[in-house]
Amino acid sequence: MPRSRSHILIGMTTLAVSLSACGGDDNSLTLYSGRGEDLVQPVVDLCSEQLGVEIKTRYGDSAEMLLLLQEEGGNTPADVYFSQGAGFLGVLSADNALLPLDESVTSTVSDPNLVSPKNDWVGISGRARTVAYNTNVLNEGDLPDSFVEFTDPKWSGRIGWAPTNASFQDHITALRGLLGEDATRTWLTEIVANDPVSYDGNTAILEGVASGEIDVGFVNHYYLYRLLAEDPNYPVANHFFSEGDPGALVNVAGAGVVTHSQHPEAAEQLLTCLLSAEVQNYFASTNYELPVTDDATPWADLPRLNSLILPNFDLNLLSDLQGTVDLLVEVGAL
Amino acid sequence: MRASRRIRDNAVVGVAALAVGILAALPIGYLAWRGFEYGFSSSFKIATSSRTINLLRSTLLLAIAVTTASVVIALPIAWLTVRTNLIGRNFWSVVTVLPLAIPTYVGSWAMIGALGPRGMVSNLLGVQSIPSIYGFWGAWASLTLFSYPYVLLTVRAVWVRLDPSLEEASRMLGRSSWQTFVHVVWPQLRPAASSGALLVALYSLSDFGAVTMMRYDTFTREIYLQYRGALERGATAVLGLMLVVLTVTVLTGEQRLRKREDVYRLHGSGARNPQLVHLKRLQVPALAGLGILTTLALVVPLGVISYWIARGVRANEPVWPAWSLISNSLSVSLLAAAVTTVVAIPVALFIRRSPGWFANIVERLSWSGYALPGIVVALALVYLGANALPWAYQSMGMLIFGYSVLFLPQAIGAVRSSLLQVTPSLEEASLLLGTRRITTFRKVLLPLLRPGLGAGAGLVFLTTMKELPATLLLSPTGFSTLATRIWNSTSEGFLGRSAGSALTLVLLSSVPMSLFIVRNQAQVLRPSHRPNSGHDDKKAKHALPSDTSDTR
Repeated sequence: MPRSRSHILIGMTTLAVSLSACGGDDNSLTLYSGRGEDLVQPVVDLCSEQLGVEIKTRYGDSAEMLLLLQEEGGNTPADVYFSQGAGFLGVLSADNALLPLDESVTSTVSDPNLVSPKNDWVGISGRARTVAYNTNVLNEGDLPDSFVEFTDPKWSGRIGWAPTNASFQDHITALRGLLGEDATRTWLTEIVANDPVSYDGNTAILEGVASGEIDVGFVNHYYLYRLLAEDPNYPVANHFFSEGDPGALVNVAGAGVVTHSQHPEAAEQLLTCLLSAEVQNYFASTNYELPVTDDATPWADLPRLNSLILPNFDLNLLSDLQGTVDLLVEVGAL
Repeated sequence: MRASRRIRDNAVVGVAALAVGILAALPIGYLAWRGFEYGFSSSFKIATSSRTINLLRSTLLLAIAVTTASVVIALPIAWLTVRTNLIGRNFWSVVTVLPLAIPTYVGSWAMIGALGPRGMVSNLLGVQSIPSIYGFWGAWASLTLFSYPYVLLTVRAVWVRLDPSLEEASRMLGRSSWQTFVHVVWPQLRPAASSGALLVALYSLSDFGAVTMMRYDTFTREIYLQYRGALERGATAVLGLMLVVLTVTVLTGEQRLRKREDVYRLHGSGARNPQLVHLKRLQVPALAGLGILTTLALVVPLGVISYWIARGVRANEPVWPAWSLISNSLSVSLLAAAVTTVVAIPVALFIRRSPGWFANIVERLSWSGYALPGIVVALALVYLGANALPWAYQSMGMLIFGYSVLFLPQAIGAVRSSLLQVTPSLEEASLLLGTRRITTFRKVLLPLLRPGLGAGAGLVFLTTMKELPATLLLSPTGFSTLATRIWNSTSEGFLGRSAGSALTLVLLSSVPMSLFIVRNQAQVLRPSHRPNSGHDDKKAKHALPSDTSDTR
């Protein structure tokens, strides 16, 4: 009995050693994806086939993948970083941790606002910030004309938000840029006074709106449509604020090539593949996101990205996450 | 000659234990370095800010409340399932431990779905609002429900082996059954209860699933928020270090508590089962209590998971996980269990044999990873691996090492409890008879430690199955497990898909745990033992404390 057990132990140790030995394959790309496997893996498979290289993908939270890159420094095995939001890309850009991209890549994107000013990352898919509302309780006309008017006490206890969510934090960072630091602080303080209900993420907010726990929620537009596909009677709709309103921020999921990449050329080809019409239409039709190139079309009656873009808003400004988190802590939202 | 060999052997054990302790404390070194880099005055500012003080208070409050509640829940269940004629005793023995298989992030999510505002329960009752489960009470309930089995497991393991003759003597000398419990039984259970309670306390310090879902501010939640949003590693390091200080405080308290804890030399009649208490009319409240507990901790989570699976199936989503995920989860968990248990042996031996300040230090070092949030330990190892050991970075070995750092105390605790029940005279006898130390270890000690090794490995297996942050950060690129699958699908809002993996995870963890409990229960409560039957199996059984002096 003890003998067979020690055999198992030896066997497992050998297994561990042999598993650890297989790595460092030089002809493959490594992708750090802050976006989920369900969404990204089909794209990875497609691009892997098109480029003729193996692509190894590590999935995690965008912030965690960024932390990983920072801790790894020059020894990172990663070639490409794919982030859920522009803020994290901005952090890397500021650290010079991303390589400048060739114009052939950046020019594919239909709007220069969706590319880093340093040309070191590109938007891959767009998402609009919207307000989701319960259609049993509210008509679209009941919603305020501007996003900033949710400070009205009549919304007390009826708002849902996700203060820990990267997209929400990006939105607050954008507000700081648009309205100024003090106005944003005032706005946040007044919203907090309205006792918003905090959720963990967009889907949780939508579930809260649907169940009637809250009447409105600050979300990214695209999560709703999957829930509607599962249940056409889902009692929630999106409200898009009109162009120029602080509520109409468009954020992007984006990608860049890591400075310490061992395969910068292949990595850039991967970005080109992510911007191809096929992949763009995939994000648009499967995940209801907004394409960033002209040769792809948004799903159903969703707006084109260009019609939503804030004039001249530099998405790299979203990199000041620290300031936003500090502010959220200060007003008691976190 | 013999004495010098003994000293040498103890030194070998000591060096091995110290090495394990140092490896386990690597994350603290990393935090200290980051904190140092961040600067003393900024660190001091963070550590003394009113927000940090509030976090400290709320974290301690939660840990104390969860630990107390876990002990209060676990003791009666242990008594009911060990010492009474409870209807369906074996069934309850298994079922009451199973909540341990449910990850807190899944359990809390299910609780919100069921008990949240306008959730399933308030819909059923037809009321508009029930008291909010968010905040302290939600976090408390969720952590207690899914971690009280730590106390139950450790207490029950000792209780089934207690020598009933002591209690009988106490009763005959005129003490009431309550007095007997307080003065005779409890002192013997206390070491087990406190080591289980320690696991619960430190678990609630480091858990992020329940506190994020229930939106209750603790150190761990704050560390996650800082990491996710602010990316200020210095500030996070300060918070992590404060968590380490908290852990050391708790550990020191426990080390004090356990001073008088030898439970091995209980001379008695040995392999005899105690008289079971007949519950009579108490059956009804006992069953009702167990029913309510099981409903909350098992039926509700499984119900909500099933609901999401049904929704996913209806929407034609691929609900069930691939085989590779199942085999990945099982193989890393088994490996982690084996490695962690093996390295726990020298630490447990050393603490037992050479108690003192040095052993205390080694023990505290080896506990340090357990109370730190997984993400902190993982990032420390990422930094170390990528920069100092690139050949090992993102390898399976590194992942297993991470698991060992995180879960080592579970194995040490279990092995130590077993060691406490071993009479040193057995080893001494073997040595006197001229057997070599290594042979004595293998032939005498190891078989006696088997229950502890099994329990330790079992706990590590279970926790590794559920582990998320370290798996995400340390695993080889492209490697995924059931836990990462659940996270992945949930993060993009595919709840149906994650529910299938969640159910698989819970079932896979439950089956071995149930078998383990059933087997233990059957072994211990079997009416007659046959001494001298020669098999290793049987010898191990007779090593149980009440059996050590069996002379029949």
